[in-house]
Amino acid sequence: MQKEQDQILGDLTSGEYKYGFYTDIEQDSIARGLSEDVIRMISAKKNEPEFMMEFRLKAYRHWLTMKMPLWAHLNIPEIDYQDKIYYSAPKQKAKLTSLDEVDPDLLETFNKLGIPLEEQKHLSGVAVDAVMDSVSVKTTFKETLAERGIIFCSFSEAVREYPDLIKKYMGSVVPYTDNYFAALNSAVFSDGSFCYIPKGVRCPMELSTYFRINAANTGQFERTLIVAEDNSYVSYMEGCTAPMRDENQLHAAIVEIVAMESAEVKYATVQNWYPGNKEGKGGVYNFVTKRGICKGDNSKISWTQVETGSAITWKYPSCILRGKNTTGEFYSVAVTNNHQQADTGTKMIHIGENSKSIIVSKGISAGVSNNSYRGLVKVLPGAQNARNFSQCDSLLLGDKCGAHTFPYIESGNQSAIIEHEATTSKIGEDQIFYCNQRGIATEDAIGLIINGYAKEVLNKLPMEFAVEAQKLLQISLEGSVG
Amino acid sequence: MSTIAEKKSLTDQFLNLYRDRADEISANSAPLLNTHRDFAVKRLGQLGFPVKGSEEYRYADIESVFRNDLEKQFGENKVSIDIRDIFHCDVPDLDTNLLLLVNGRYYNDGQLIKELPGGIIAGSLAEASRKYPDIIEKHYNNYAIGSKDGLVALNTAFAQDGIFIYVPKGVKVEKPVQVVNIMISDNDLMAQHRNLFIAEKDSEMKIVVCDHSLSAQRFLTNSVNEVYTAEGAQVSLTRIQNEHNGSAQITHSFSHQETRSRLSASTISLHGGFIRNNLFVTLNGEHAENQSTGLYLSDKGQYIDNFVHIDHASANCFSNQLYKGVLDDYASGSFTGRILVRRDAQKTNAYQSNNNILLTDDAKMYSHPQLEIYADDVKCSHGSTMGQLDESALFYLRSRGINHRESRLLLMFAFAHEVIQNIKVPALQERIDDLVNKRLRGELSRCNNCAMQCG
Repeated sequence: MQKEQDQILGDLTSGEYKYGFYTDIEQDSIARGLSEDVIRMISAKKNEPEFMMEFRLKAYRHWLTMKMPLWAHLNIPEIDYQDKIYYSAPKQKAKLTSLDEVDPDLLETFNKLGIPLEEQKHLSGVAVDAVMDSVSVKTTFKETLAERGIIFCSFSEAVREYPDLIKKYMGSVVPYTDNYFAALNSAVFSDGSFCYIPKGVRCPMELSTYFRINAANTGQFERTLIVAEDNSYVSYMEGCTAPMRDENQLHAAIVEIVAMESAEVKYATVQNWYPGNKEGKGGVYNFVTKRGICKGDNSKISWTQVETGSAITWKYPSCILRGKNTTGEFYSVAVTNNHQQADTGTKMIHIGENSKSIIVSKGISAGVSNNSYRGLVKVLPGAQNARNFSQCDSLLLGDKCGAHTFPYIESGNQSAIIEHEATTSKIGEDQIFYCNQRGIATEDAIGLIINGYAKEVLNKLPMEFAVEAQKLLQISLEGSVG
Repeated sequence: MSTIAEKKSLTDQFLNLYRDRADEISANSAPLLNTHRDFAVKRLGQLGFPVKGSEEYRYADIESVFRNDLEKQFGENKVSIDIRDIFHCDVPDLDTNLLLLVNGRYYNDGQLIKELPGGIIAGSLAEASRKYPDIIEKHYNNYAIGSKDGLVALNTAFAQDGIFIYVPKGVKVEKPVQVVNIMISDNDLMAQHRNLFIAEKDSEMKIVVCDHSLSAQRFLTNSVNEVYTAEGAQVSLTRIQNEHNGSAQITHSFSHQETRSRLSASTISLHGGFIRNNLFVTLNGEHAENQSTGLYLSDKGQYIDNFVHIDHASANCFSNQLYKGVLDDYASGSFTGRILVRRDAQKTNAYQSNNNILLTDDAKMYSHPQLEIYADDVKCSHGSTMGQLDESALFYLRSRGINHRESRLLLMFAFAHEVIQNIKVPALQERIDDLVNKRLRGELSRCNNCAMQCG
C-alpha cells in the first residue's frame, strides 16, 4: 500500500513543463551589460521624458551602493548582472491597428498558451494587454474602458501621455530605495501596465495582462502601477508562462497599488514561469516586489496568487493599511516540485485604526524542492483594534522536499488581536483510504485532495483564472494525469 | 558604518582582554577547560558579536549591554561577606540540595565537590574536571561547540568555573538540586560561568536554577549550560530569573537528548532588565521527548527575549514548546521558536505555541514561531497569538461581583498558570504561583526573608 502510494506520488510529481517552446521572433536588443549608458539608451529607445531618465539614473546609482540580500531561505547561484540584456523588444514594422498586423508567429505563441487574442476579445469580455518581452504589442478594449474614464495602457505609453499621474504615484509605494531588486527594476524597467480608475467608477471587466519572457538571456523588468480613486473598484489579473530555456532568466518586477478612500483593488496572479528541468537546470528567477497601500479610509486590497513556476520565487505581496477600517487580504497557493525553491508570503502593516488583514497560505512541496512561507504582521501603536488572522498550511509530497514557515509578528498596540497558526503534514493515509473505499483510484484521490486543499485560495480567483489555476496545479504536480 | 566599526572594536576589545589576561584566566581555572580556549578565541574572532537586526538577534541589542564598562574578575571572589548570612532561600516545603554560585564561581564551604545524598555528584566544574577528567572530556563543550553564536565562543574562552552535576547510571533522585546563582559586588561586574549537567542512562534528576542579584550594581552574565540526557534519562530543569532591572542576563542552553530520554525545561523570567535565553535542543535518539516552556512577565523598560531551537535529528520524537508572556508599561519582548525536522526524522510530533498579552500601547512584542521541515510523515504545528484579556471572560467575572482589577488579575494569573503547571516540583510550583501572583499585582516578588532590597 505504502509502496504503491509512493510510486504514484513519484509519477505524479515527475511531470515535465508543458509550456516549453520558443518563438523565433526578430528581436531588437541592446548589448549585454549594465551601466549609466545602457540606462540612457533604454530611456532614449523608449522616447521617455527627462524625469524618467533622471529617476532611472538615481535608482541605478542607489543600486550600486546596495548588496544582494541573503536572508531568504534560498540557494541562489551568483547572478552576473553584467551578463544580462536589459532591453529587448520584438521588432515591429509600424504601429498596429488591427490583429491582422500582429506578427503571425507571435499570435501562434499566444494560441499555444491558450489565449487567442481574437477569441478573448470577442467572447470573454477581458481586455488583454499582452506584453511580449518588453514592449506592449496589442491592447484591446481600450475604447470601452476609455468611455468610463479608465486608463489602461502600457507603462511607457503612460509615461508619455500621463506624466503627471506617473510622477505622482510611481515609486510612492515601492520607492527605488526599497530593496536591491526594486532599485534594479527602477533603473532598467522595460515596460508594464498602468491602470487608473477615476472616482466612483466600477471597472466593468477584469483587466488582465499576460507577461511572457521570450528572448534568451533577457531580463524582464516590468512595472505595474494601479491607482484606484475614491469609491472605485477594479479586479486585475496577471498571468504568465515562459518558454523552456536552459540559462537562468532573471525577472525582477514591481507592482504598486494605490487605493484611495473606499476603493477596492483585487490583484490576482497565476505564475507559471519555466521552473527548470528535473535536474534543476535552467528556470526563471522570479524576484518581485509587490506592494499596495490602502491610503484612504475603508479601502481594500486583496492579493491572490497561484505560484507554480520559476526555479526560484522570492516575493511578498504586501499591504500597507494606512487608512481607518482598511482591509488587506492575501491568499496564496505555492507549489514547488523537482529543484524549485520558493520563499514567499506577505507583509501586513497596520497603521490605521480598525484595520484588518487575513492571510491564507497553502504550500505544497514535492520532489527535492523547498517551499517557505515568510510573512510579517506589524501593528503600529496607532492601529487601535487592529485584527489579523493568519493561516499557513504546508503539504509535503515525498520525503526529500522541505516545507518551512517563518512568520514575523510584531505588535505595538494592546488592543490589537493577532493570531497565527500553521500546520505541516502529508496527505493522510486515512483520507486516501476513504477515497479508495469509494472507488476512487489513489492517483485521482491525491489530485482530489490537493485541489480541495487549495480550494480556499482558488475560490478567490476570478472565474477565468480559477480554471487555468486548477489546470496548472495538476500540470505542476500530476505529470501525465490531467 | 560607525556600527560596524564599533562591533569590531567590541570583538577586538575581548580578544585583547583575552590576550592580556590569558595566563590569569587559565591559572584560576582547570587544565581541561583551558584546552578549549584557543579555539574559542579564534572562533570569536571569526563570528564576532551578534548584530542587532540579524536573523538570530533581530531585536536584542547585545552591544548596548556589553558597552557598559564592567569589571571582569578572573581571580578569586572578592566578596568579603558570608553569602549564607544574607541569603536564605525561603521557599516553604522546598527541600533541596543547595549549591551556590557567586559571581560565576562555585561558592564552597571547604568542599569543592561532594556527593549528595542519593548518589548525585555535584560541585565546582573546574574541580570536577580534575577529579573526573574522563566525564568532563567527553561532554564539556561537546554540545556548544557547533554554535554559530559569537557569545558562546566568548563564554568558552573566558569561563573558568560553574556548576557540575552528575547522576550516575540508574540513579533516581527525588530531591531537587538547587543552584542559586548570585551576583554581588561593589563594582559593576560581568561574569561568564559554565554549567554542565549530566544524567546517565535511566537516571532521574530535578534541577532548579535561581538567578538573583544581591546588590544594586549593574551586572552582566553570559552563561552557557550544557545538559546531556543519556538513554532513558529523565531530567526536569526549572530556571527562575529574578535579578534586578539594572542587570543583563544572556543564557545559552544546549541540551542533548538520547533515545527515550525526557527533558522538561521551564524558564520563568520575572525581573531583570535585559534577558536573552537561547535554548538549543537536539533530539538525537528515537522516542526522545522534550517539553520546553517559558513564562515572562515584564514591565517598565524590561526586555525579555526567548530563542528556542528544537532539532529533531531522529525519528519518532516529540517536542512541545509553550511560551507565554504578559507585558506592561513600555516593556518589550521577543520570542523565536524554531522546529527543525531533519530529512529522516519521520513520525515527528512537534508543537509550538506562543501567547502574549499586551497591557499598554507602549509595550511591544515580537513573535517568530518557525517551522523548518524536511521530512514528510510528520505532524508539526505552531500557533502564536497576541491580544488582550477576553472581554467576555472579564464580563463573566464582573457579573459575579468581582471587581475589575481582581478580574483582570485572575485572568492573567490563569493565563500564566498554564506554564507554571508544567513545573515538576510541587513546592516550587506553589512558590512560583505565589511569585507570579505578586508580580502581577505589582508587589515585590523577592523571597520574603531576603535582606537585600533589590526588587
